[in-house]
Amino acid sequence: MQLNSYQPNRLDITFAALADPTRRAILERLMTGEATVTELVKPFSLSQPAISKHLRVLEQAGLVSRGRDAQKRPVRLEAQPLAEATVWLEHYRQIWEANYQRLDTLLEELKTRSETPTPKGAKQ
Amino acid sequence: MKLILTTPTDQEIVITRVFHAPRELVFECYTKPELLRRWLFGPNGWAFEVCEIDLRVGGKYRYVWTGPENASLGIGGVFKTIMSPEKIVNTQLFDDDWTGGEATVTLSLSEQHGQTTVVTSILHSGKEARDLALQSGMEHGMEMGFERLETLLNTL
Repeated sequence: MQLNSYQPNRLDITFAALADPTRRAILERLMTGEATVTELVKPFSLSQPAISKHLRVLEQAGLVSRGRDAQKRPVRLEAQPLAEATVWLEHYRQIWEANYQRLDTLLEELKTRSETPTPKGAKQ
Repeated sequence: MKLILTTPTDQEIVITRVFHAPRELVFECYTKPELLRRWLFGPNGWAFEVCEIDLRVGGKYRYVWTGPENASLGIGGVFKTIMSPEKIVNTQLFDDDWTGGEATVTLSLSEQHGQTTVVTSILHSGKEARDLALQSGMEHGMEMGFERLETLLNTL
């Protein structure tokens, strides 16, 4: 089985970047549209350097990009890595859910069996 | 009722799910080979070849699925804690050790109003190991799909 064919580095960086409430809040804000650093500082009780530091982490993870406008350099969301991380978790979740749905079915069968003790193989 | 998956720490995956059955029954489905092999599936098209459970502290378990071209996927470990029907702690190691080390799995079952909440915590040896385990979901998930599940549900 080819389990190691995939390079986890990119997802490592994505998840590390997402593992911070301020950075997630910044991403949420950017989902409504691009913003300048000044605009991003406003809703948070953090200094501009602190916000800039978070932005650098997000930028390195490819989660945001900065515009070319030399003065404003607006920050915008880059959806691709976020989508990849979501898909990744979703497939893992689906494996478990598929197994658990089989367990649901089995439990129903066992419950019915213990409630109505019918001889095995008997037909009505 | 929906499955909840969280990654509370770098090394951990926690999966929570509620089942409409008393926990004694759920516990049996996790610990009796003839029941476990009916729901715990490997990749699509693979057969659950070996399912051995020596349910006692220090006892071993071993599961092997076999697939096309003599491929096999084996996993095993040792039971550390057994508190029927509420808790099982065991180690978990894949044969080819592709996640890089042993993980510790804690299964907790709590019952309320005839419903059982199952919390599975998988504590990996490191962040990288956890991410590799999560990553496998991507590949297996694609293969498995829901096709076979539908088939099974129709036959039961």
